[in-house]
Amino acid sequence: MGAKYFGAAVRRREDPRFLRGEGRYLDDVKVAGLLHAAFLRAPYAHAAIRAIRTERARSAPGVVAVFTFADLETWMKPLPLFGAPPPGLAAAIAFEIRQAPQFALCRDRARYVGEIVAMVVADSRARAEDAAEAIEVDWEPLPVATDMRQAAEAGAPLVHEAWGTNVGVAFTHAIGNVEAAFAGADVVMSETFHIQRYVGMPLESRGAVAVWDRRDGALTTWNSTQVSHFVQQGLASALGLPHHKVRVIAPDLGGGFGTKASGYPEDHLVPIAAIVLGRPVKWVEDRREHMMSAAHARHQIHAISLAARRDGTILGLRDRIWLDLGAYNVWGIVLPYNTVAHLIGPHRIRNMRVDVQAVTTHKTPNAPYRGAGRPETVFAMDRAVDRLARELKIDPAEIRRRNYIRADELPYDFGMPYRDGNPLVYDSGDFPAALEAALKAADYDEFRRGQAALRARGVYRGIGISGYVEGTAIGPFEGATVKVDLGGRVLVATGAVNSGQGHETSFAQVCADALGVPLEHVTVVGGDTAGVPFGVGTFASRSGVTAGNSIADACHQVRAKLVKAAAALLEAAPGDVDIEDGQAFVRGVPASAVPLARVVQASIPTFAKPGVASPDFEATAYHHVPTVTFASAVHVAQVEVDVGTGHVTLLRYVVAHDCGKVINPLIVDGQVHGGVAQGVGGALYEEMVYDEQGQLLTGSLMDYLVPTAMELPPLETVHLEFPSPRNPLGMKGLGEGGAISPPAAIANAIEDALQPFGVDITATPVSPARLLALIRETA
Amino acid sequence: MKPAPFEYVDPRTVDEALDHLHRHGEEAKVLAGGQSLAPMLNFRLARPAVLVDINRVAGLDGVTETNGALRVGTLVRQRHLERAIDGRFPLLAAGLKLIGHTAIRVRGTVGGSIAHADPAAELPALLACCDGVILTRGRRGERSIAAAEFFVGPLMTALAPDELVVETRWPLPAPGTGWGLHEVARRHGDFALVGAAALVALSDGQVRSARVAVFGCGATPTRAAAAEATLEGRVPTVALIDDAARAAASKLDPHADLHASAEYRRRVARTLMTRALSDAISRASGSAR
Repeated sequence: MGAKYFGAAVRRREDPRFLRGEGRYLDDVKVAGLLHAAFLRAPYAHAAIRAIRTERARSAPGVVAVFTFADLETWMKPLPLFGAPPPGLAAAIAFEIRQAPQFALCRDRARYVGEIVAMVVADSRARAEDAAEAIEVDWEPLPVATDMRQAAEAGAPLVHEAWGTNVGVAFTHAIGNVEAAFAGADVVMSETFHIQRYVGMPLESRGAVAVWDRRDGALTTWNSTQVSHFVQQGLASALGLPHHKVRVIAPDLGGGFGTKASGYPEDHLVPIAAIVLGRPVKWVEDRREHMMSAAHARHQIHAISLAARRDGTILGLRDRIWLDLGAYNVWGIVLPYNTVAHLIGPHRIRNMRVDVQAVTTHKTPNAPYRGAGRPETVFAMDRAVDRLARELKIDPAEIRRRNYIRADELPYDFGMPYRDGNPLVYDSGDFPAALEAALKAADYDEFRRGQAALRARGVYRGIGISGYVEGTAIGPFEGATVKVDLGGRVLVATGAVNSGQGHETSFAQVCADALGVPLEHVTVVGGDTAGVPFGVGTFASRSGVTAGNSIADACHQVRAKLVKAAAALLEAAPGDVDIEDGQAFVRGVPASAVPLARVVQASIPTFAKPGVASPDFEATAYHHVPTVTFASAVHVAQVEVDVGTGHVTLLRYVVAHDCGKVINPLIVDGQVHGGVAQGVGGALYEEMVYDEQGQLLTGSLMDYLVPTAMELPPLETVHLEFPSPRNPLGMKGLGEGGAISPPAAIANAIEDALQPFGVDITATPVSPARLLALIRETA
Repeated sequence: MKPAPFEYVDPRTVDEALDHLHRHGEEAKVLAGGQSLAPMLNFRLARPAVLVDINRVAGLDGVTETNGALRVGTLVRQRHLERAIDGRFPLLAAGLKLIGHTAIRVRGTVGGSIAHADPAAELPALLACCDGVILTRGRRGERSIAAAEFFVGPLMTALAPDELVVETRWPLPAPGTGWGLHEVARRHGDFALVGAAALVALSDGQVRSARVAVFGCGATPTRAAAAEATLEGRVPTVALIDDAARAAASKLDPHADLHASAEYRRRVARTLMTRALSDAISRASGSAR
């Protein structure tokens, strides 16, 4: 098997249909007799429902049904919860965990603005919205908890009264001897950093279409989800249906970013309405709904201290971490422990103590979003390292040289578990090499030489560094089915949903090489539960590694079957038969070559005789990964600050990264670029803002500012390839990485630009108003 | 995000449009480019009973030059004006480029932006800066309203509910007039957090006339009279420009929102006035040489 496609810059096969406007997104799913749903959502962050009157809505034009909790009580099962600690982790750390069930419709109380109170189904979306306005609710507003630190204190208004506290996850974890490290330090740097609430904001919002076939008792639902098998499992158990009677199809997705990897009330309500009414129902989330009801993300506070020697060697780390969960603790230990497992990053720090509290507040529930705890924790760490460098008068590049783990120290064992319960051991990489590559690409030394002269002319430019090491491709597996059809063409079905990152291209590259067929002969379908029995989905930078290796495994099995059949057909020993470019042949005898179609057809029984082999050219594989692979990168940002207005311009942005073996460098570049764009959003623009009453003030894209192409600087990527020993393809995960470091790198660059003012940046986004206030405070 | 129910009419003449406006008064809303109104409809923030779509009304989409002024029909798209200016009004050309993005300017109309009267929008401020005039028509006849009187509050104008903006008149700056325009927006194409525009004419090294407008800094676009008075008849030194901007900034009544405090707006208005004036003066002296 040669690597003809793996590693090649193949242009994305799915792009022509997207560029022609022929993508088939959720809203493009049309079914005869479709009804449309709209939701009445809670206008209060915390309020009891005393009464709901729906008569006016029910009699409004075009309305087919109005559902409240009482109307659907027999259908109301708690929505799925995630994030229990796996055994290896539970054995090492004592987690205090509280999770409360959320129902798809508010039963007697709303806990955040946007929680669903009632569902209207009508003959058009506009009429459904008109009717939703006609529903009258008697609300009794209740006290709200909006500040995560205050909410963690005794006496705060409670989100879930049964808990007696708002703390949903709490734990303490330590490695080494942190007390001794701090006692022996020359210097201790302490600061509190705030990472705002910002979100994935896919261009295509969420949505669902459900069709109930009463005759067969079967449900088909299209859902703009990254995790169709999870949605299937949730529906099968909530509706009491066999799994094979619930088909979930993720159509083309206009982005996911984790936002579409949570379980949502609408996933259940749309199918329930279709079953109850016996008619197909569609709901497409509009942007206003998306702002308040799609999962929010980030939002942490770190009170961090570094203990160091005068030469910059970091001896120990303490961090007290708060995480704002929003109203429900849907994801358990996932975000808090991700935060802890990535805090140290590329630094050689053997002594650490963290105290973590994840706190419920009356806001939209929080969920993993591209990075999932890593951008937050890297912000705290890399800002702290820069602050330490400034205190010790060491260049930010130099202090990292002194603290980054060297390549010869790998595999590097932290002596603590990763989030999957397996030992946290860095597998491969070269962090100092990434640092030097990024500095070189960004002309770091030259930049420093010019910086002072520019400052003398009133031009404030700065350069900032951030590095991370990321556990990627969490297991345990992904499912993939590979089958060859009568024409010798290949269908790959996988549980990994393509949410825009080019699976139809990269997985076809893996398959074409593993099977020995032309790329054009391969079709990849992701996210249809009918295509592969068990699947997990696309999130956590996992699909390349998990689905990629499953596809390769399945292809190897199918290839063996094809070789056996071809050997029979060609009257050769299987060991002498090879497959290349869609042809089976006896090695060394080119004239023997037959197309795979011929091999398949010869295997099908005829009236005259049985086939040359069983025509079973299909295999399903569930490649098990032992634990995560560690991808890494160093980002360098160059900025210019207008000290008269506080406006920040990004001049250049460099990423030197390692994601193991690269399937397709074009796709890797695209993934990095998209991630960086979202990181830039976190650094400078994006923030979900609530007032003290828990009202969401950023209800539209006029207020919640997503950067556009116009805001992005030239992005340069340097690919370093350190294969992972943890999977046969040598790959590491890639999807999230780009989003992790920009907030830290850009904040570091801004602080660097403003060295003459001594500005301390402790929070993002760094808006012009905030930055000018800081400049004027210190000036 | 579907609009509340409304009746839709699409008149073909101004008189027909005025009949609808007269009949429905405050219940009617005029639809031109829809770049502000359509989102407000979809958010159900605007709930007109009748939507009067004037896009098919003839004769409102011309750009002509008469008596030293550009006469811009109310339906002229911002993108159309951007191309039609042809060097005659560089300040206006620069301001148009800051409105949203090309796709927005292709739909958005000049008259619509003026009638909508967003205090952070460029066109109302530029019209105020050049002493422009708004031509309106109602059933009782035409009015021509100076920009200074037209903008009365955030999204509020001197336009009566049964009147229509039919034209805006933009006096062309005299040859040799220098211009400056600076704004701070969170992103390219966003409404300005704050902005300042200036037109300055010099004679014999002294300021003959200075016109400065600030936007995004209070309820309406504001002429910086204090800055203009400070400069006129004086030699424009760096210190004088700074004094002028400071004097004008102290008279502003800025608002606060999610993106910037009032203090930020006042401070940056001063900075941007200084920059706009410096640019205008340097351009004016450049062309004088």
